[in-house]
Amino acid sequence: MAIKSFPGKEAIQTQGWLKAHKWLLLRRASQIGILVLFLLGPLAGIWIVKGNLSGSMTLEVLPLTDPFLLLQSMLSGSVPILSGAIGALIVIAFYALMGGRLFCSWVCPVNLVTDLAAWLRRRFDLRGNTSLSRNLRYWILGLALLFPLLTGVIVWEYVNPVSMFHRGLIFGMGTAWVVVLAVFLFDLLIAKHGWCGRLCPMGAFYGLLGSGALLRVSAAQREKCDDCMDCFEICPEPQVIKPALKGADNCVGPVILDINCTNCGRCIDVCAKGVFRFDSRFHNREGLPESCSKTQTA
Amino acid sequence: MTDLAATKKKGVTRRRFMGDVLKTAAGVGLFGLGLGLYSNRASSLPAHFIRPPGALPEDAFNGACIRCGLCVRDCPFDMLYLGEVGQSVPTGTPYFIAREKACEMCEDIPCVAACPTNALDHNLKDINEARMGLAVLVDQETCIAFQGLRCEVCYQICPIKDEAITLERQHNERSGKHALFIPVVHSEACTGCGKCEEACILEEAAIRVLPQRLAKGELGKHYRLGWKQKERAGRSLVTPDIEHQYNLPQGMRYEHGGEGLIQDGAGEIPFSDNPLDTLNREAPR
Repeated sequence: MAIKSFPGKEAIQTQGWLKAHKWLLLRRASQIGILVLFLLGPLAGIWIVKGNLSGSMTLEVLPLTDPFLLLQSMLSGSVPILSGAIGALIVIAFYALMGGRLFCSWVCPVNLVTDLAAWLRRRFDLRGNTSLSRNLRYWILGLALLFPLLTGVIVWEYVNPVSMFHRGLIFGMGTAWVVVLAVFLFDLLIAKHGWCGRLCPMGAFYGLLGSGALLRVSAAQREKCDDCMDCFEICPEPQVIKPALKGADNCVGPVILDINCTNCGRCIDVCAKGVFRFDSRFHNREGLPESCSKTQTA
Repeated sequence: MTDLAATKKKGVTRRRFMGDVLKTAAGVGLFGLGLGLYSNRASSLPAHFIRPPGALPEDAFNGACIRCGLCVRDCPFDMLYLGEVGQSVPTGTPYFIAREKACEMCEDIPCVAACPTNALDHNLKDINEARMGLAVLVDQETCIAFQGLRCEVCYQICPIKDEAITLERQHNERSGKHALFIPVVHSEACTGCGKCEEACILEEAAIRVLPQRLAKGELGKHYRLGWKQKERAGRSLVTPDIEHQYNLPQGMRYEHGGEGLIQDGAGEIPFSDNPLDTLNREAPR
């Protein structure tokens, strides 16, 4: 059985393999590079970064704290110390500017797992899908924040595959493999983009955090779009593309402003026409006719 | 038809919307219930898993700790671990096992300094004030000090020797002529570092660090110890003490401090060296 057409095939033919995978390669380099930084200490004794994604210390000067976890900790009644609070503020500032879900696609280790599941789905044309609302993640986010408030315990951390996987790689897996495998199988066989796109409250939190982010993907050359659907096929949050790509007639600007765009840049890679590029959210009015009033553009 | 028109206009009917919200809420609620029940079990910490110095009480700790592992990394003796999934420790939280490697009680307490939250209480400045647990000599039947053998390893290794652990001398009933040197732990000084448990020479340690809640009894709040109250007040608070009167022969007294019966003029020899003096003495009148 020959492999059917896959998203990005045309881009590879017209732009070359490297250019058609540019952002994917950069993203993998970032994900793996961050993991390597964390692992250099325990494996090679080179302590550049200590800790894990929940809280870390870089070169003994730069504290970084996961604001989602720190918020849960504070809701349980605990007060962070200065370095913990500063660490969280640095992280908040970064993702608020660069796009909250940049964390999901450029940092989070679970993305490697769910991307693999998504790739296998495309490769073997697996269509099994349970319809779960993409808003379910906000319910779970509420639940994760409610628990420490009511019980005084960070309950989400008992099941959170993200921190479990990252901590496991650095401090010892235990049986966390089972949880990661469950996420993989869930994404592969039960729900397309099921974990990252529908359930993960961390993604929901970071998405909300970056709702005003400056760095966005823009369908700047949307008039060149030939409706090949490759970007929709490859995108982990395809619902974010349509308003920007197809919004010219409705006076919607070309910048993807949906908070759930992960800034992964795969749409840029797979588009043979070069429709997409990284841009600032302020360039959303470019190319809009004068007749469009200000209120209709974000 | 009006319903259909509304559907077309708004996308969903109110009925459908309410139904979807209720369905999701019920699903998430059930998931939350399961999670809550699981968390109850997942929060429990077995007695031999000991938290690092300064750790808040267990419930508060499970709320404050963000599982970053910085305490583990900054421990210069590598004796802290993070709970792994599947272990009976709350996942990702730090612990040590005294029998394997005890706390070395660093003066600068680097594990506390590394903690980005107050899960390890930053008010702890003096490691001697730490209360990781309390050492308890749990088995007097196997502790060889109770067999009359000189061991004293726990006493010698204790970082706060002679305060946290003292040796109390007792009579050895078995031999009748030897002493037992019994190690006794004092809770007002013991930090629960676990050096005694680590060092205990038995196959299974006879002295173990237990969580305070397991190791300590507690006297009823209403309870007053008479002699302490008396000491504090400077006098007896109940019936005033009346000096006891004894009907003793002339020349004899009784001393309550421990000397007991005292005979005045004891030490003088009551009889002359010469037996004739006794024989020729006058009869008492």
